[in-house]
Amino acid sequence: MPDVQVLVNDFLNKLKKRKIEGSLATARQTAELLRSVISQQRVPYTNQARALIDAVRAVGEQLIAANPVELAVGNIVRRVLHIIREEDLSLTTAAMAGLGLSAASDDEDDADQDNHPVLSAAAVAAAARSTLRPPSLQTLLEDVPDSAAVPHTSSSGGDSEGKSKSADKSSRTRKLKHDVIEAVNELIQDIATCHEQIAEQAVEHIHQNEVILTLGSSRTVLEFLCAAKEKQRSFRVFVAEGAPRYQGHLLAKELVTRGLQTTLITDSAVFAMISRVNMVIVGAHAVMANGGVIAPVGLNMVALAAKRHAVPFVVLAGSHKLCPLYPHNPEVLLNELRSPSELLDFGEFSDCMDFGSGTASPLLHVINPTFDYVPPKLVSLFITDTGGHNPSYMYRLIADYYSADDFVVQRRSPTGR
Amino acid sequence: MEPRRSPRTVIDPKVRQVGFFAPGAPPERSVSVPPAPIVSSSSSSPPVSDLSPSGNSLSPVMIPPPRHSSADNALLPSPSPSRPVPASPLRRDSLTTAAGRSYSKPSDFFPAMSLTASSSYAGRMVGNAEFSADLRGNTVKVVPTASSFPSGGFDLTAVKASSVPATGLTTVSVVKMMPPVYDPEIIVEKVGGSVEVQNDRPERSKPLKEKTSKAERRALQEAQRAAKAEGSKVPASSGAVMGANAKPIKATKPHSQKNDSATVAGSEKRGGDRLSEKDRKKDAPHPRMQYDDKIRVEKAKRRAVVKQTEAKNRVELFRHLPQYEHGTQLPDLESKFFQLDPVHPAVYKVGLQYLSGSISGGNARCIAMLEAFREAIKDYSTPSEKTLSRDLTAKISSYVSFLIECRPLSISMGNAIRFLKSCIAKVPLTLSESEAKASLQSDVEHFINEKIILADNVIVNHAVTKIRDGDVLLTYGSSSAVEMILLHAHELGKQFRVVVVDSRPKLEGKLLLRRLVGKGLSCTYTNINAISYIMREVTQVFLGASSVLSNGTVYSRVGTACVAMVAHEFRVPVLVCCEAYKFHERVQLDSICSNELGDPDVISEVPGRDDINYLDGLTNSENLQLLNLIYDVTPSDYVSMIVTDYGMVPPTSVPVIVREYRREHVWV
Repeated sequence: MPDVQVLVNDFLNKLKKRKIEGSLATARQTAELLRSVISQQRVPYTNQARALIDAVRAVGEQLIAANPVELAVGNIVRRVLHIIREEDLSLTTAAMAGLGLSAASDDEDDADQDNHPVLSAAAVAAAARSTLRPPSLQTLLEDVPDSAAVPHTSSSGGDSEGKSKSADKSSRTRKLKHDVIEAVNELIQDIATCHEQIAEQAVEHIHQNEVILTLGSSRTVLEFLCAAKEKQRSFRVFVAEGAPRYQGHLLAKELVTRGLQTTLITDSAVFAMISRVNMVIVGAHAVMANGGVIAPVGLNMVALAAKRHAVPFVVLAGSHKLCPLYPHNPEVLLNELRSPSELLDFGEFSDCMDFGSGTASPLLHVINPTFDYVPPKLVSLFITDTGGHNPSYMYRLIADYYSADDFVVQRRSPTGR
Repeated sequence: MEPRRSPRTVIDPKVRQVGFFAPGAPPERSVSVPPAPIVSSSSSSPPVSDLSPSGNSLSPVMIPPPRHSSADNALLPSPSPSRPVPASPLRRDSLTTAAGRSYSKPSDFFPAMSLTASSSYAGRMVGNAEFSADLRGNTVKVVPTASSFPSGGFDLTAVKASSVPATGLTTVSVVKMMPPVYDPEIIVEKVGGSVEVQNDRPERSKPLKEKTSKAERRALQEAQRAAKAEGSKVPASSGAVMGANAKPIKATKPHSQKNDSATVAGSEKRGGDRLSEKDRKKDAPHPRMQYDDKIRVEKAKRRAVVKQTEAKNRVELFRHLPQYEHGTQLPDLESKFFQLDPVHPAVYKVGLQYLSGSISGGNARCIAMLEAFREAIKDYSTPSEKTLSRDLTAKISSYVSFLIECRPLSISMGNAIRFLKSCIAKVPLTLSESEAKASLQSDVEHFINEKIILADNVIVNHAVTKIRDGDVLLTYGSSSAVEMILLHAHELGKQFRVVVVDSRPKLEGKLLLRRLVGKGLSCTYTNINAISYIMREVTQVFLGASSVLSNGTVYSRVGTACVAMVAHEFRVPVLVCCEAYKFHERVQLDSICSNELGDPDVISEVPGRDDINYLDGLTNSENLQLLNLIYDVTPSDYVSMIVTDYGMVPPTSVPVIVREYRREHVWV
């Protein structure tokens, strides 16, 4: 346990100091950290899932607080919570099925829990509804609070089982943890390979002799373009440099070394060039539940220009960037102001600042935001590792990856409503 | 200059009839066919026009006896009293006579062309021609022989249009008749030179190679053209001059010239509104030089003073624009400072400043250029055998082409140059050289003061009324007009905040920011990428412009369109501040067709950020292109209002101002 705490603190520090760049790296490291948290977590005989969830939540809460703007952390925490619930549910249903075999001996089907005839399966059904699928209207209207329902069900199931079959208990305990860790490993694998899965779709979208515009640097975009290049498509890429971080230079370098025809332009020339561009392909920082995109600064401008010239605006995003939250005032609340030193040299204007003028406020402000919010109406298409989607479909995609109980991670106690 | 102005063929049947050509006679004839056939064809030609009463009776074929003219003169003091008389053209007696007769018998002019005229006649013709040349405001050749002929006082009544035709004649007569006086070669050269001048073509050596016969032919065409313009009023003649100036006159393409001059003449006759229509046609922007046209680029290069090396790795989309490697030619030019003969030092200095980028901004560049031209005019002295207006126009043209080599002209500079040339063309012939120079200098100063400085003041006064307390004003880049507005509003005690948006590579906003903060304005500085972030708190956007085109689009520093677009999206009013002299009747839909390319290397390196060095070794890679656009085009629907010295107008009213302004510009 203490060594986990060390790991957690280490990661927290990195997040706070913004040492980790990019949602991919953050997501992977978060998942790895949570994996070790789970593996180190001592699981009680009863209510194991509950214990795991609490542990993950406690860590997750800290992680999210460390960098609330890095939505990938929260996404991964929620994904892991979702995994725990799912594994627990599948184990429970398996156990139920075992019980049913002995008692009613009619049903072994794990997938069909809703119609489970066993009396105790009512609880399982509630759990299944709340975990496996998005909150249906029925669930929402039920008086049982979902968050309370799940742990309760699992614990009750565990209890009953613990009473009935003590021999099976230890194996089940181990099995849950093992399954969860397996699933988290799979998640890490998914995160690592999401580029390839997205890049596989490149040929479907990039045509011969197309002109593609992108801004800033994104590994997903790089892989996407290179995949199309490998398929013998010849096209030309305009890269806007993405001041003040100039990640576009990095992307341009990568593209050039891989043999793509690349033109580096300034951000201000985007509007001038967009009329000759066939498609805008950009990466995202996060995708919100409404289909809006938190993207590197400057992309809202690009999206508007693309809209004006009817150029498709395509966002590439791995599934770890899908955030189940709906944005409220995202330009401000989900943004981060970087150091002014990227725009003005330190002390550059110290000589013309009139500090003695009586008014306490300085004359000069420098604003250097990190992100832009691109509203869903400006996005033509999302390409995720599961395929292409409309912005309006994002909520459905999110329901596949997250359970509704976890949308708010901070809520710790099930009764704390 | 030449590449920008490709010959236009105006095909207007009505126009064609004006002049000495029979409707059926193919204009090409005059070129290829020796004078005689022309004469025959023209003899049958219908009356020149209703304007010249005697035109009907004129037979170009006739070769009048030498003395005839003087007698006629006496008899025909002023054949066309109805015509307005030019203000104060310089006349010689011989001219008068010629002019007088020209109405009744244009044939007078033809003997010269036919090469058979007697010397005395020729002499008269020379005088005539000389005078006419003066009138036309082109380069005047001072022909010594002219003095030997009787020179009368200034006959105001007689001069009129006849002056116009003479130009061509002069040259002919000189060539043919004056062998004893001049070495024919030299004369030919001069002829060529004068023609060149008219063409605004800098290369002067070319005519040297030409045979006399060609010169003759050219002169012949000139004469014909002139003859056509003859019937027109004097203002028309000046118009014709400008028209001629504007078009390259090639010996091989008399067709277009004829039509041009005829157009002007014809339009003159039809009076007011007709005139403006023609005028508009004539002033329609010339197709600009396309740098993907290899032949013309080669031609231009041969003339160039500034030896520029083409940048490598050009962007395919912008092959039609010039792009050179910067920095290589500056030391070379600097070393040539004391050798470069044809360019006035002041102009040279300005050119170097353009090249090095130490003067930038539409108004600053324009003022610097005009000041340099003023200096050049001050130091100018007319060569002994030339006239001020012609030679000076040629000089200015060569300066202009030098400046273009240093950096492509902005539209506002083009407008200013057009103004200056029309001023030169309109210098009255009666003025002495020093007076003419003084008046030109005051014209230039007047332009600077009225069209730029005063206009800015007016704009400031207009725009300040739109600033209220508590406003947050956003501006992009560094516009002198906007800066003046902000400072003035601050002086008036208005409480507002300024957001300065900036972009690479020039970072002009930083300079503006420094000046504003220095004056005590509360400022926010940000990059153009953050425009969506900052726009929510902005109440008004003030933008400068390099030019406003007549479809309402704003041609301005690259990035302006982005700012205007985002402002439009956030429902923030966009005010474009632009002096009316920057308006242009050209139209443009995108930023690609016409633009300027800056130094590509500044894109790859970020000054002050050593960590951004990803592209260090790659700038020569053929896969990598760097694009440094200078301007972009803002669609008019993003612009709420344009603040000019004529008031605050919507973008749809720009063509109106362009039209009204142009008229004033040219005719007043």
